[in-house]
Amino acid sequence: MTTRLGRCAVLVLIGVALSAVAGAQAPSRTVILSTTTSTQDSGLLDVLVPLFEKHTGYTVKTISVGTGQALALAARGEADVTLCHAPALEKKYVAEGKMQDRRLVMYNDFLLVGPEADPARIKGERSVVDALKKIATAGARFVSRGDKSGTHILEQNLWKQADVTPASPWYIESGQGMGATLGIANDRQAYTLSDRATLLAFSKRVDLKTMVEGDRLLLNVYSVMEVNPANGPKVNVVGGKAFAAFMLAPETQAVIKSFGVDKYGQPLFVPIAGKKDEDF
Amino acid sequence: MDVLVEGVRQAVALLLGGDREILGVLWLSLQVSSAATLIALLLGIPAGAVLALSRFPGRTLVVSAVNTGMGLPPVVVGLFVTILLWRSGPLGGWEILYTPAAIILAQALIASPIVTGITLAAVQNVPAKFRLQLIALGASRPQMVWVTLREARLPMLAAVMAGFGGVISEIGASLMVGGNIKGQTRTLTTAMVLETGKGNFEIAIALSILLLLLVFGINWALTAIQQRRPA
Repeated sequence: MTTRLGRCAVLVLIGVALSAVAGAQAPSRTVILSTTTSTQDSGLLDVLVPLFEKHTGYTVKTISVGTGQALALAARGEADVTLCHAPALEKKYVAEGKMQDRRLVMYNDFLLVGPEADPARIKGERSVVDALKKIATAGARFVSRGDKSGTHILEQNLWKQADVTPASPWYIESGQGMGATLGIANDRQAYTLSDRATLLAFSKRVDLKTMVEGDRLLLNVYSVMEVNPANGPKVNVVGGKAFAAFMLAPETQAVIKSFGVDKYGQPLFVPIAGKKDEDF
Repeated sequence: MDVLVEGVRQAVALLLGGDREILGVLWLSLQVSSAATLIALLLGIPAGAVLALSRFPGRTLVVSAVNTGMGLPPVVVGLFVTILLWRSGPLGGWEILYTPAAIILAQALIASPIVTGITLAAVQNVPAKFRLQLIALGASRPQMVWVTLREARLPMLAAVMAGFGGVISEIGASLMVGGNIKGQTRTLTTAMVLETGKGNFEIAIALSILLLLLVFGINWALTAIQQRRPA
């Protein structure tokens, strides 16, 4: 009895395991997209990727990591196309020849948020740089992503402009995604920098108030870039080009324009295909 | 508190409602971890038996390595398997990074030392006199090993449970080598991290309940086999 049941269990295990092998798909016709967590966490890619797959027959593998890693992977030829949001870093990769044909896709904006008590007295401040200076002077807690994401890179840039070297104990590095970072800021009654989409998604869970918004420095511009085929022998150039073209197509831009309205009552991204960096 | 209640409610709804995406994630987790456990059994049982029944110089070193491997951090395995499977890596030609096959490979590496270690302990627990007796009765060496393994089969079921439980609940390797791609490599644990990141705590709780139920169900079945009295 024991052995029969044991044999049954092993057979079931083998059956399930074999079905995994049978289900494995051919790797051809796949495009690897390296992108940021915000495009995935906002749910935008869950809408756009199936559209692209339906139109072109490609299978997309979306690797959703921080902007720093997304670009680093692409530079090694481990991805075919990149969608991210760190203009200065992107331009560096383009200048080095690792990435090519960078085009703007869409933007949304970052907000400086903080606890209602506002210990650094920055609510309504127009300039985000001035607000950061006040936070540093007051020694008020600030939670940083600390993960080389697009958000973190922008934040570091802003501290540099404020001429402040943030340091503990008031400067906290979470090393996590935007959602987790908002949670920590909420818990510690701290300030943090968040993109609007993630903040909206977490509005039910966190009680942080918008302190500074609308500063031009807080614009969050997303670009698509193709990977230089010279980065590696296996780069899917045609597939990468197809995805980049898809992101800029008028139909896709229309989808981006209305994305989020049903859930949040306001769009999460503004499409800007065809615009140049100088326009912002 | 209301988050927990809502999570439990959603778990029931997802399970009963047969949400296709969730069922797909559940099925993939089951497939991948079963395949990985199977590979680990195929590698670990012979390795554990050989280690238990043989004496050679440096054996203690090998056994120590196996015991260390039983606690191998999945994220370490994930990192090295990712680098090996990169397009530019030595196994890039396989083109399996970000596919279920990559997760199976990583999980098999995690589970193999667990199976090896438990098999080793189980076989060593069979009294040496029993083996001598078998030889004395005229058993050949392969026959002796086979009968000894049969004798140790009940404790070895623990190896199946520990191996499977270890890989179905690991996250670091699945996330790194699988990429958490929707509909392709999203497993229960990586989906849980994603939903938490999105702020969908109810769905994350629902997924964790599904994971616990799955692991419990499988352990229940295996324990029932293990604890049944021989007929």
